[in-house]
Amino acid sequence: MSGAVSGGPLLSVRDARVGFGTVRGLLRAVDGVSFDLQAGRTLGIVGESGSGKSVLVRSLIGLVGTGSGAIVGGEVRLDGQDLRGLSAASFRHLLGRDIGIVFQDPMTSLNPVMKIGRQIGEGLRLNRGLDSAAAARRAVELLVEVGIPEPERRASQYPHELSGGMRQRVAIAIAIACEPKLLIADEPTTALDVTVQRQILDLLQREQRERGMAMILITHDLGVAAGRADDIMVMYAGRAVEMATTREIFRGPRMPYTEALLRSLPRLTDPTHTRLSAIPGRPPDLARRGTGCSFAPRCTYRSGRCEAEEPVLSREGGRGFACFNPLGTSGGAGA
Amino acid sequence: MSASAAEPAIVARRGRPLSWALALPLAWVALVVFLAITADWIGLPDPAAQELILRRKPPSAEFLLGTDNLGRDMLSRIIYGGRTSLIVGICAPFFGFLIGGAIGMSAGYFRGKVDLLAVGFIDILLAFPTLVLALTFVAYLGQSLFNVTLALGILSIPAAARVSRANTLAWANRDFVLAARTIGASNWRILTREILPNVLPAMFAFWLVAVSVIIVAEGALSFLGLGIPAPQPSWGGMIADGREALDVAPHTALIPAAVMFLTVLSLNFLGDMVRNLVDPRRSAL
Amino acid sequence: MHWLARQALRLIVVLFCVTLLTFLIVNILPGDVATAILGGLATPEDLAGLRADLGLDRPMLVRYFDWLGSALSGDLGRSHRSGEPVAQAIADRLPVSLQLMVMAQVIALGVAVPAALLSVRRPGGLFDRLSASAAFGFLATPSFMLGILLIYLFSVTLDLLPATGFSPMSEGLWANFESMILPALSLGLIEWTVLMRVLRSDLLTTLKEDFILLARAKGLPPWRVLLQHALRPSSFTLITVVGLNIGGLIGGAVIVEQIFALPGVGRLLLGGIFNRDLILVQGTVSFIAAGFVLVNFLVDMLYAVLDPRVRHVRFRS
Repeated sequence: MSGAVSGGPLLSVRDARVGFGTVRGLLRAVDGVSFDLQAGRTLGIVGESGSGKSVLVRSLIGLVGTGSGAIVGGEVRLDGQDLRGLSAASFRHLLGRDIGIVFQDPMTSLNPVMKIGRQIGEGLRLNRGLDSAAAARRAVELLVEVGIPEPERRASQYPHELSGGMRQRVAIAIAIACEPKLLIADEPTTALDVTVQRQILDLLQREQRERGMAMILITHDLGVAAGRADDIMVMYAGRAVEMATTREIFRGPRMPYTEALLRSLPRLTDPTHTRLSAIPGRPPDLARRGTGCSFAPRCTYRSGRCEAEEPVLSREGGRGFACFNPLGTSGGAGA
Repeated sequence: MSASAAEPAIVARRGRPLSWALALPLAWVALVVFLAITADWIGLPDPAAQELILRRKPPSAEFLLGTDNLGRDMLSRIIYGGRTSLIVGICAPFFGFLIGGAIGMSAGYFRGKVDLLAVGFIDILLAFPTLVLALTFVAYLGQSLFNVTLALGILSIPAAARVSRANTLAWANRDFVLAARTIGASNWRILTREILPNVLPAMFAFWLVAVSVIIVAEGALSFLGLGIPAPQPSWGGMIADGREALDVAPHTALIPAAVMFLTVLSLNFLGDMVRNLVDPRRSAL
Repeated sequence: MHWLARQALRLIVVLFCVTLLTFLIVNILPGDVATAILGGLATPEDLAGLRADLGLDRPMLVRYFDWLGSALSGDLGRSHRSGEPVAQAIADRLPVSLQLMVMAQVIALGVAVPAALLSVRRPGGLFDRLSASAAFGFLATPSFMLGILLIYLFSVTLDLLPATGFSPMSEGLWANFESMILPALSLGLIEWTVLMRVLRSDLLTTLKEDFILLARAKGLPPWRVLLQHALRPSSFTLITVVGLNIGGLIGGAVIVEQIFALPGVGRLLLGGIFNRDLILVQGTVSFIAAGFVLVNFLVDMLYAVLDPRVRHVRFRS
């Protein structure tokens, strides 16, 4: 089944916006972000906490909005179908069937009072029309697939009886249960022990490849995105500030913020006891956005223009960045 | 400040300093209190004076709220009944909070065996359904204003002890308490000077709620004929009297019921408001 | 099982203390059984004779353990008014009280749970504000007041239901229901307010959890998210409060039985108090308190059934 226009992107986002009304005025958590994602590819969305990356992705699939007083705008198309125009029921159907999501903390993203097998089977019964016996069988198969030993026993256990890494494997099983076309992993390893982070990332990557899913990998850690994502979108203060292939980003970032993120990563080639550079300052208050580039106050390359005018994401040979003094040019001192 | 990560804060509803929601209950409670205090001087007829020819009269110019089964003036009885309710409602929780507060604070401060004993004691008092215990107490102490107050006061001990214990536990490990201890302050001094002032606001908010609960409890006792003894008016007793004439003179039951309802409602409103100020976290309950 | 054993031990201690306290109240406080039975005109010799007959001249503690021993074998003594065995009197009236309380609890939960679920669909919306106001109003309405109002409305004005009196089930289910519905409403319509508030606030907390987001991401419709994912993890406080409120329910039942002239345990107790029937009061109060403690114990157990995390902590470690 292929509703996709051949060659067209699986997911296409145009000018996504999310605002929250607060006492201090409208808080623009996501402010005009656009991107495309091709089937089978992985997009890493990278940024500090509060940069709007999670809100962006959750708003795309309708998980921000009801009750929170959020104002959501922009256009989202999955397989060419306009998601914002769908009725609530058909949107839910599409969400359950075509999109899978893995949250940060499996401790809170799994229902504490429901058996694991049932949590996995639930989506199958609803979206794939399986009866409960078939859903239970499939749940066990999925547990095997995500690498959980003794799957039959585990299926009848509750989340608190599993370790953190196991729980995240269960969460992945839930996400892939309905064979989605798009898998969203929202900081999938942040809440886990360092020792299991890699296993979870490997598992995600394997599933993504084997099933030919597209994946959005949200992380605050460029290092996590490094080996896993085909493309990277860097977000700062609710906007996309740089977009390029992973190779290009690591070879030479254009936006000073991206460079700062890279500098804060430890490298194997660094001599021991090298100080990691932290980014000075803090992200801006999203409810009080001034004129000019949001990163300017923390940027070492800023010029007068940066504080007066807002740079837009300009495209240059397939990659985009929002900066007046990009690195690798005469204006960027890092050249 | 501008740099703090902005969160989508829910707009606080604290604005409107004197909204209707505050003014009306406040005005009603003030009226009840004022009348209860001045009852003897505002020319009310004797609340116990019977005039059987004039029994069960509906409200009129002569009897603003009508007369009851025995021809007694309802307005006068309501006001004097309010006095009873307020005396019991204010004094009983005060008594309970004095004892319960002391128990709770010692338990929360000293912990260990003291705590265990206190919690055990509270558990046992709580093991009785409140009204049943009150009935039993009053029945054997004998019916009088003082005994009813005492019985209901004893019943408010567990709640007071719980609130003060929880608050003391929360404060006892704060730095300023530890600091006081390191400079050699006595336990008594720490409890009264350092912890008590911090526990009092929560106790006060709780006391307001307790007042309305006790007024209801007193009403229930009087309704059952086990509260304030007969000729003395009380709201619960009036409702019970009125119950017999519900078909011919419903006002004899409905008027005291309405007055009691408004009083308890107003007190709950005020209590909620104070509690929101003292402890915003628990405002949901 | 460690936890279970400790709880059981605690239960026994509390039960012991509760009955002892009841015994002390009834026996220390002014008002003497012998005087109560014989009346104020009895001669001192008669009184002393009766005290000796009743064993009242023995020390208090001896009498208590005596009473406790018989109580444990199901003998709560005899009423000195009617001569009826107290245990039998309680057993006769218990079904009425239980029926009243169960019906009231069903009404309370039947109103509270749907009201809370509908409220959290749109917090701050019309239904939420209406139900919150209604709850506030009912919270200020004691059961004796509500009972009177219901009688006034349904019996006096509309003439639909009997104002007082009890029809046992043997007279037909409908007659029984007619005689019980107003009393049950008087109790239940007060109880629901607290339950609704507690459940609403817990539901709001639960709905912010990630697993609710995940349930929505599975494509579950909102009502299934609420019922299948949010309700159960939000119901623990509700259950505790149901347990705690049983005390209030028992007290309310005493009043309501009196208003509607229902032959329940509460009315038995009131009769005992008015008649200074000490043995009867001692037996009834102890029975009520013990029942209350036991129910709370069971509620605590129910926690473990509902919350697998608690079950895990309590039964495996």
